[in-house]
Parts: sequence; C-alpha cells; structure tokens
Amino acid sequence: MAVAAGKVARAAARLRGGGSAMPGLVVERLDPRFLTHALANLPRGVVVVTGTNGKTTTTKMLVAILREHGLTVFTNPTGSNFTRGVISSMLAEIPLSGRLRADIAVLELDEAHALKFAAEVKPTHALLLNVARDQLDRFAEIDHTAKLLAELAEQTTTGVVLNIDDSFVARIASRVPDGVTVSYFGVDPSIADRLPELQEADVRFGDEFTPPRPTTADGLLLPHDERSFEVRFGPNGRVGPMVLKQRGLAAMINATAATSTAKALLAHEFREVDAVSALERVTPPFGRGEVIDADGQPLELVLVKNPAGFTVALGTYGSAPVTTMVAINDNYADGRDVSWLYDVSFESLRDKGVALTSGVRAYDMALRLKYDDVAVAEVEPDLEPALERFLTAYRDEPKRIFCTYTAMMTLRRDLAARYGLAKFGEDEA
Amino acid sequence: MSTNSAAISPTINATSGDVTSKGRIKIVHIYPREMSIYGDLGNTRALASRLRWHGYEPEVHQHHPGNDFPTDAHLVLGGGGQDSGQARVEDDLAHNADVLRSLAADGTPMLMICGMYQLFGNAFITVEGERLPGIAILDVTTQGNAKRMVGPVVLETAFGDVVGYENHSGSTKLGPGQQPFGRVKSGMGNNGTDGMEGAVTGNVFGSYLHGPVLPANPSLADALIKLAVERALGEPFLPGRIDDELADQARTRQVRRLVG
Ligand SMILES: [Zn+2]
Repeated sequence: MAVAAGKVARAAARLRGGGSAMPGLVVERLDPRFLTHALANLPRGVVVVTGTNGKTTTTKMLVAILREHGLTVFTNPTGSNFTRGVISSMLAEIPLSGRLRADIAVLELDEAHALKFAAEVKPTHALLLNVARDQLDRFAEIDHTAKLLAELAEQTTTGVVLNIDDSFVARIASRVPDGVTVSYFGVDPSIADRLPELQEADVRFGDEFTPPRPTTADGLLLPHDERSFEVRFGPNGRVGPMVLKQRGLAAMINATAATSTAKALLAHEFREVDAVSALERVTPPFGRGEVIDADGQPLELVLVKNPAGFTVALGTYGSAPVTTMVAINDNYADGRDVSWLYDVSFESLRDKGVALTSGVRAYDMALRLKYDDVAVAEVEPDLEPALERFLTAYRDEPKRIFCTYTAMMTLRRDLAARYGLAKFGEDEA
Repeated sequence: MSTNSAAISPTINATSGDVTSKGRIKIVHIYPREMSIYGDLGNTRALASRLRWHGYEPEVHQHHPGNDFPTDAHLVLGGGGQDSGQARVEDDLAHNADVLRSLAADGTPMLMICGMYQLFGNAFITVEGERLPGIAILDVTTQGNAKRMVGPVVLETAFGDVVGYENHSGSTKLGPGQQPFGRVKSGMGNNGTDGMEGAVTGNVFGSYLHGPVLPANPSLADALIKLAVERALGEPFLPGRIDDELADQARTRQVRRLVG
C-alpha cells in the first residue's frame, strides 16, 4: 500500500518537475517502518557515507568500485541525502513487495540525518570522512558534529572505516562496539606536509591524540604527481597507479577512502584491477569540479560551502590559475551566515585577480577579496547577467566559477540551456 | 600594575623602513584559536588593513591561554567560540581579569563579540541554573536557553546602521543604566524582547554581531581606530582616504533587504 502510494506521488512529482523528497514523505507517513523493511536483509548490508566534505564524490566512487565487482548497488544518486530522499530514490527501483532487489545499499547522508537514519536502520558499515565547520547556523558546533559521527559509529554492526589523519574522526575508534572491525584511510606519511591542503587550518585543539599505526587493511594515499597516484595497503599491497577524471588531492583522498572501504566490504573478493578501472571512469559529480565546454573553452563549476571546502578547492586549482568568478548566495541551503568567508585565505587568487563576483552577497565577497589584496574587476549581484558577461568578456580563456549551492543551481540551469548539458540528477551511468 | 606606560611612550618601529608611518598601534586578539570560530578574526584583519591604509603601522598580537597578557595593548578584540572553547579560556580570563579591567578603565578600546561579550559580563547562568562568573566589565547578565537566536541583523547605532549576523543561545539582559550598543531594526539582539543589542561602557563594546562586523561597517572600525590612535600616540587621529564603496554597498544592500 505504502509503496504504491509513493510511486503515484513520485510520478506526480516527476510530472510537476517537483522536489525529490516529496514522494518519500508520502511513504514515510503511510508506513514509518518502510525503510527498515525495504533495507532489511540486503545480503551485503547497508553502508553509510558521512562527514562534512567529500560525501558525494566518495559515495559515487565506492558505488562504481562495487558495481565493477558485479554487485547490484542501491544508492541515493541525486545527493538528496535525507531519509525521505533515500525513500524517494528507492521507489523507482522497488517492487510492490517493498523489498529492495539489491546486494548492498551505499547511502550518502549528512551527519544529522545519518543518525536519524540509523534509528530506523542499523548500518552494517560506516565510512566517516572528516569533521569541519559547516554552516554553523544549522549544526552549531564542530564538537557537536564529531559527537554525531561517534554516535553513528556506535550503532554500526560490522565495520567502520575512519580517517586516520583527522583526529576527531580517528578518535572515534574507541567508541566502536566490540566485534566491529575498524580500518582506516589516510595519506602516506611521506606526504603528511600536504595535509593542510585537505583540512582547513582550523580552530580545533590538540587534546593529546596519537593516531594508530596503519596496518595492511588501511589504505594510504601516495601521489606520484598532480594527476597520478596509488593507494598503498602495507608495504606490499597497492591499488594503482591510476589517474582520475577529477583533479586534485581532495579527489585522490576520496578515492583512497572509497578503495579502503571497498576492500573492507569485499575482503578476498576485492580485485585491484577492477577498483582502478572503476575509479578512472568516475565522472565528477554535479558541481564538484564538473567541466563544461563553453564555446570551446573549459569552464569548471566548483561548489563551495564551508571554509575547509573552499580552502581545498583553492588548493586544488591554485597551481593552474584561470579566469575566475565567485558567486555567493545566502539562502538556507547555502548557509545564511557568510562570516566563514573570513576563515578562508584567498591569496592564491592574487596574481590573476577575480573577474567577477556575483550572487546576493556579491559585494561582501568583493570586500572579502579586497582584504586579501585580490583585485576584483566587476561586481554584478544578478547571476544571469553576471554569467553572460563572464562568458562573453572572457570567451577565449579557460574559466572557473566558485559558487555556493543555490548560486550553482541557477548557473547550472543557465549553462544547461546554453550548452545542452544533462539536467541535475541525470548523470550518465 | 601601571597600564599607562604604552600610552606615554609610543614606539614607532624604526626598523620597518616605513618612514611615512604615523605611529605604531598594537592590536591584541584574545584567544584567536578558542574564540574566533565564526570568522571573527576578520575584525582583526580589517583593523590591521585599515590602520595601514590610514598610514599607521599595525602590530597584531595573539594572546593564547597561559601566556603573559600584553599590558601595552592599544586595542583588544575577542570573538565567539564553542562551549569547549569557552571552557578552555575561563581560567586564563579569570587570571587576567584585573589587567583587562584596568585597561578598560583606562580607556583602551575593546570589541568583544558573542562568547567574549558574554564573558565580559557579570555572569552566564546555564540552563541548569549554574552561575558562571564573567569579568564584569560590562553590566550584563546572560541566561542560557534552549532556543538559539540565529539570523541576519540590522542595528541603529551611534555609528549609523550596522549590519551583521547573530548566532547565540544566551539571552542577555542589561543592568540598570547599562547602555546598549544599538537598537534592533531587524533580528533578535540581546534577548529578542527589549529591542536592545550589545552593550557599551566607556570604550568597551560588546555585541553578538558576527559577519564579521567590522569589514562591512567601516565607521565602527574607524571609531575604534580613532580611540586606539589617540590613546597610543596622545595625538589626534589623522585619517587617510579610503575607498569604502564595496563596504557601503554590502551594508546598504543588507539594510534594504532586511528593513526595506
Ligand atoms: Zn555567536
């Protein structure tokens, strides 16, 4: 009954072009135990991927590796990472019996919703990526976020994969129940000096914490150069070398997390060649370094939502400066407080300057850049004319736009109409 | 302890080679690691840059718990933090309370945002009724409550309209005769009921406004700079010419959005 009603709601929402959570809401009202029922007894369990940054990319990579190994994987691909969103995406794939036909579920959930989800369905595995300040007006405190992740780990039944370089996350090992396996991912000690590119120089404090020594179960990132890298498991094990479609150290560490988790899930069935070929084919998710062909020149759209993410993005692209636009909105989905822009250093943009700032807070962004001595050529708060100007005035140059979530939705829609791109959520397989 | 020495003997940094400097101003940011999680370090950055643009030479000193407090401060700044951050600074703040009180009594300009504003008050009363004493430079008392007051703010102040962003769970009440920093035109302010925001005693300013507050409100920033210059150098503030077009646009657009 609930499934049928949800399917109708889903079809209706599709016709209206409506939001992705609505059909899920219908099912949730009709059958609150729907999630438990649908996900119960998946032969290889339920994996939750959470943490502040990199969830979408890492989930996509992990799913690709598992599918390359022949598994049928259920995931929530649209990035609608609330429980209702999970239900909504299930409705497309679920028979009327209400049981999902899949080997395994891999779900991207934000920290708060991961716990709500766990109250319905105990995850068999959890991959905990990192803890950073994100939209403090919603989550209030980094301590609080760390606590949410620890509580999720406590409810996981089989295995937990932790970031060995993030003291908040690595420390969670002590909270994992007996009998649940703990493994890690991280960077090889030889590149420890590059950790600041992955984590903001933030205000966390060093309560004395000594990270554990990595074992052969733990994947460590070893880059060869800016493009090529491998993941080491102990002195003899390695996955790679490989080259991703997405650039930068952040994508490499996401691949390392996905590889380590796949290895924990698949154990002796894990095949290095399959992991490499899957990862090398993964396209960057919507807005995570997506490259659009704009009149013959590459245009990169880079989503920024918190100090760590913006710092990582600037570090990733800093070595290849191009003509830049920054678009900052302050709607609820962006985070309404723009104070965090003062916790990011923009000095890497100084040499080339910024062509345009846009969005509701365009002037605040330009002002922020002024305090880092970054020249801004133009300020245009309206996104459409700003994009038009950016595309025409810099037509023959490679371009990059850093943007908050709702600014990206608007820009992406405009770009899709101009250049005939796939719509949001219609990712190629 | 004498806290006057700095005002009497301003040091102009002769080794900097900056012959045009009108004088050196020492800014002390207290607890930048523990109490600046919401971008409040942007206030320090704004003051240092504006001092330079006005032709003065800023010296920024970060005070961390356990270190000696610099008694030659010309301007003291503090920000907001998490509960764990506040817990980490309480002992040091109690230890340096007398130094801060005498600097304040002596006319040193100070700007305390959010958590440090609360700690500069008489006390913070937790939801459970526990009384955590502050250093009582401002006659305000804060009651913890479950509801957070979060959102953009516009104030009417002695420095014109001031915009920022508040994010606090404490409800602050002014003591009798305590002046507020501003009147709320949009937002919650100290407690969401009496229309007051922040507190001012002498040259000490307390406010809940992040944003950070100074970059978009240069008249407030320059008022603090003027007080610091007069105190440090014993001579009038000689402003340089600064183009504040971006700040003025950022501020007036927020005012228009929020109060029309
Ligand atoms: Zn605050």
